[in-house]
Amino acid sequence: MKASAFDYARVESLEEVFALFAEYGDEARIIAGGQTLVPAMAMRVAAPALLIDISRLEALQGIARNGDRLRIGAFTRYVELQHSPLVAEAAPLLHRAIPLIAHEAIRSRGTFGGSLANADPASEMPACALALEAVMVIANAEGERRVAAADFFQGLYQTALEPGDVLVAVEIPVAQDGMQGVIEELVRRQGDYAMVGLAATGKAANGMLSGPRFVFFGVGDRPVLATKAAEALADGPISPEHIAEAQAALAQDFTPLGDIHCSPATKAHLARVLLGRVVSRLLEHR
Amino acid sequence: MDPTFPITLTVNGTEMVREVPVRQTLADFLRQTLGLTATHVGCEHGVCGACTVRIDGRIARACLTFAIQCDGAAIETLEGMAESGKIADLQQAFHRRNALQCGFCTSGMLVTAAQLLEENPRPSREEIREIISGNYCRCTGYHAIVDAVEETAEARAKSEPEGAR
Amino acid sequence: MSAEGKAIRPAATGYIGQPVPRPNARRLLEGRGRYTDDMVLNRMLHVAFVRSPYAHARILAIDTEAARAVPGVAAVVTGRDIAEICQPWVGVLGHFPGLKSAPQYPLAVERSCWQGEPVVAIAAETRAIAEDACEKVLVEWEELPAVVDMQTALAPETPVIHEELGDNLAFGLELKAGSPEDAFAKTAVVVEETFSFGRHTGVTLEPRSLIADFEPGERRLTVHHATQTPYQMQDVYARHFGLDEEKVRVVAPDVGGSFGLKLHVYGEEMATCALSILLGRPVKFVADRLESFLTDIHARDHQVRARMAVSAEGEILAMDVEDVTGIGPYSVYPRTSAVEGNQAIRLMGGPYRMPNYHGVLKVVFQNKTPTCQYRAVGHPIACGVTEGLVDMAARRLNLDPLEIRRRNVVTAEMYPHTSPTGYFFERLSHEECIAKIEAMMNYSSLREEQARLREQGIYRGIGFATFIEITNPGPAFYGVGGARVSSQDGCVMKLEPSGRVRCSVSVTEQGQGTETVMAQIAATHLGVKLDSVTVLTGDTQATPYGGATWASRGAGIGGMTVLRAAQALRGKLLELAGIILQRGPETLDLREGVIVEADTGMARMDLAELGRIAYFRPDTLPPDFHPDLTVARHYVPQGLPFAFTNGIQASHLELDPETGLVRLLDHWVVEDCGTILNPLLVDEQVRGGVVQGLGAALFEECLYNEAGQMINGSLADYLLPMASEMPDIHVDHVSTPTQFTPLGAKGVGEAGTAGAAAAVMNAVNDALAPFQVSLAQMPFTPERILRALGKIPSS
Repeated sequence: MKASAFDYARVESLEEVFALFAEYGDEARIIAGGQTLVPAMAMRVAAPALLIDISRLEALQGIARNGDRLRIGAFTRYVELQHSPLVAEAAPLLHRAIPLIAHEAIRSRGTFGGSLANADPASEMPACALALEAVMVIANAEGERRVAAADFFQGLYQTALEPGDVLVAVEIPVAQDGMQGVIEELVRRQGDYAMVGLAATGKAANGMLSGPRFVFFGVGDRPVLATKAAEALADGPISPEHIAEAQAALAQDFTPLGDIHCSPATKAHLARVLLGRVVSRLLEHR
Repeated sequence: MDPTFPITLTVNGTEMVREVPVRQTLADFLRQTLGLTATHVGCEHGVCGACTVRIDGRIARACLTFAIQCDGAAIETLEGMAESGKIADLQQAFHRRNALQCGFCTSGMLVTAAQLLEENPRPSREEIREIISGNYCRCTGYHAIVDAVEETAEARAKSEPEGAR
Repeated sequence: MSAEGKAIRPAATGYIGQPVPRPNARRLLEGRGRYTDDMVLNRMLHVAFVRSPYAHARILAIDTEAARAVPGVAAVVTGRDIAEICQPWVGVLGHFPGLKSAPQYPLAVERSCWQGEPVVAIAAETRAIAEDACEKVLVEWEELPAVVDMQTALAPETPVIHEELGDNLAFGLELKAGSPEDAFAKTAVVVEETFSFGRHTGVTLEPRSLIADFEPGERRLTVHHATQTPYQMQDVYARHFGLDEEKVRVVAPDVGGSFGLKLHVYGEEMATCALSILLGRPVKFVADRLESFLTDIHARDHQVRARMAVSAEGEILAMDVEDVTGIGPYSVYPRTSAVEGNQAIRLMGGPYRMPNYHGVLKVVFQNKTPTCQYRAVGHPIACGVTEGLVDMAARRLNLDPLEIRRRNVVTAEMYPHTSPTGYFFERLSHEECIAKIEAMMNYSSLREEQARLREQGIYRGIGFATFIEITNPGPAFYGVGGARVSSQDGCVMKLEPSGRVRCSVSVTEQGQGTETVMAQIAATHLGVKLDSVTVLTGDTQATPYGGATWASRGAGIGGMTVLRAAQALRGKLLELAGIILQRGPETLDLREGVIVEADTGMARMDLAELGRIAYFRPDTLPPDFHPDLTVARHYVPQGLPFAFTNGIQASHLELDPETGLVRLLDHWVVEDCGTILNPLLVDEQVRGGVVQGLGAALFEECLYNEAGQMINGSLADYLLPMASEMPDIHVDHVSTPTQFTPLGAKGVGEAGTAGAAAAVMNAVNDALAPFQVSLAQMPFTPERILRALGKIPSS
């Protein structure tokens, strides 16, 4: 199980990346942490002609707070996110999500931007980005643009990234006072992709939830924002009946896709269970 | 033949310059170019943990990194850790407790457990199970490995003078 | 004579029963293991294979031209090329009457019969180049209908995989004892269920690996091979390549796990040897993980319709089972794929006094990866069916599950005892094991806790599985059927001039501790210190011929070779010492490596002095005295076709009825392997075995689609038991030594795997009991549990 031959370039500026993309087109691929791309290449599912190593691109590094925005460089490794006090404070959901990603030895290399650009619908990071209303900062030879998470994830491993684009950073609104972030997964084994996962944000007070966002992952071709379920919880203090309504409303939000271990019906059931548990957890936080 | 590129890196404390084939993984580089065969290859897709080494101080899968990506990095393998003597107690606990059978997972287990004990000197059994949950062992059933790591933590705690931590 | 003067008392049991850590494990802990893939030979090539993408397809044409042109490629060979130098094989044996299979070649010649079957082999400078070249091979295929479902494999409309065999039935067997029809007609309670056991595979962490190194001048073939059975492979290589047996050397270096899967004949291994013979260069094959999933033997894949007749008092009167098992397109060579089914239907009801039995076995061909012997062959099937029915009966009769077992197990006064399927039990200890596990797990308070938690909506389950395990197989296993699989073993023991001892044995080491146990036995029966004994295994050129390691035979049979050799060498050493000391050898003894006076224990000379005189100054000995300082002894299992061990396991778990997830809380095992030679090693054999059974219960299953394609053939998708989900496993023992050997050891390699899954099944069903539902299909996935609970529609 060895990768096909390829060329390799370690770049130190975005301009170099753009030039290489201009030369190689979609035969070039960016390698960040490589935790998804390297095994895909070993299995020869992916066989790029050129790997562009962005590990030394300064523009993609660092975690910083600019006013009400948290800016996370695309090349930030999971382990850095996990240990960042800034992330813990400004994006508690993200902080809580990191330990659920695979295993320690993967988190030491895998990157935030890599996961987003890969857009695996079963991954935690795209769901968190959507729940947190993150904005992707994308650069190409023409300049820079911003794409909201809701528009960024477009299908199975499909994003708004066009050929020649580089995901540079992610901007996340800093969590306001009382804003909670909860993530739960139903997994058969620790570190596995979830049968169903749910990343949620919301403010709890007096038994009520304001502005909740429920993003399911592992249920479709991309992370799914469950707006109907959120609406069902909108009025007044949350009762078991509200929760049941929200669970029923999930059927309008999405019809899950099955995978080798779980049928769509199982996923739909597990999504309902998870919603109930996550709402309770959000309320407990206050 | 494959094109090669030079890389400069530190392996087990020794700085070196080597020509590496571009598509060679770090695991194959360590094993085939440097003869460091403690790093085992069990799946080549990042799941089994047999190839776990430390890159710049943190555990990582040597099969999920091309050697060429390690230019400038400091790599530590079980050979280096064993020769330094710093995990002698952990190795002895594994031996005493028979926490290995075929030995194929053992390097990865030791490298992983060593990082845990550095960062969390008194881990619970659950925490030990959690950190090694990315390392597959078909022989032991894990119980003895958890015992050995736990025993090492306890012994280290006892041997440290009062108030040293 | 440095040892003179001090007194040494005789040791009571020596090193037998001591928890001695494995000396050879130190090397592994330093990262200095030497596995096959760690070896590099001069001019070595690497092989990769083009494989069938279809479950069943005809090869119309193969174009290898572009592959040959890839720089660095040394050879590209097809099935026809290799068939010219390698005899095909047929996996049948005489003691399975009617067993049939088709000739199998290293690489498919006309047809491929499972997805992943090797078709073209390419040897190149590196594995990467060999894989590059594989991509350039063009095979023209005609896809054929695939036989996928074993339940319809025998239906008239299903195509026959090997036309010349007539049908897809590889082997059938019917057993009957007593009057099962009467028992079922007259009894108060009949429970019945259809049990399904998923197809799984061994997943040794070290993949299958070998380096074949052919020397054309003398036609010598050396194979460095990660194998359990070097002698069997020596025989296979010699016969199928037409080589002189003594010129074939198989060396097993450190082997990274085996569990039965590293003793079968695989096409890739044969093709690798063929390439070395054709090229006169060393050739290495290391299966990558994706290849492993498609070509390592699979196992289980049984569906059993079973019923049990039970009296109103809970007495088991009869069982009636029909086991259908799918084995892939070929019976695997040389041990056949009939063994698992055969053992499954013979082990049914094994722990119990059940007088009546009817069993039917159907072993069928299908277009999936071949199945064959993997740890605990057949045991988990028989145990799962029997123990599942016992729990159903207990529930029906409102009996405690331990109580119904207590009422039915074969009791102490009944031994020796023969089961209705003809198995002979010398002496087992079911009653003691049940009593011990009850105390060990604090059973009654666990039940109280369970009841208390249920009121809070927490669903815990407790499940038991009584089991028996076949060990120490003699020629009845394979030899009588015509297989060239040795059931005897050997040991060569040598006194080094330094007084140290070297012991070469035919049983092999894959981490279970064979070398350590052999050293313990040698040191004990020779009368030397443990650290003065070195054991060598795994080299057909340096060790005596034998069966090696499988079916839990290493300690019981291999141990006897060492015991016999140690006793013989001890006699020779005492004879020599008697001559040197001018005393009768019967007045001397060997203790802790020192020749002592037998009555006083007074030290007279150490073995280094004996060695010095014997090897370097034999001129000081009487004329015509030729000291024999090397002895060889073999051992043939005596008295029984094979031995039996027994035990009981218990599982404690929590089931979440909302998610269908199961959390294992604790697992207990009480087992009886006879004399415990080394408790440290025995306990870890049990624990490791248990976890393979827990994998079967909750996680492991080779999934196939309708086209016969395996859809979870990677380590990410085939779920193995990992540390976070595994419980602590508490182990205790009862010891009933076999009287057929002075060692008394019976073997322990498969006990854990035999019963663990059944215990989990019963615990899952105990947890589900309040919902009046139960499950009998392994693994117990969340989806299956939710379906049973009616949370999702049944499929």
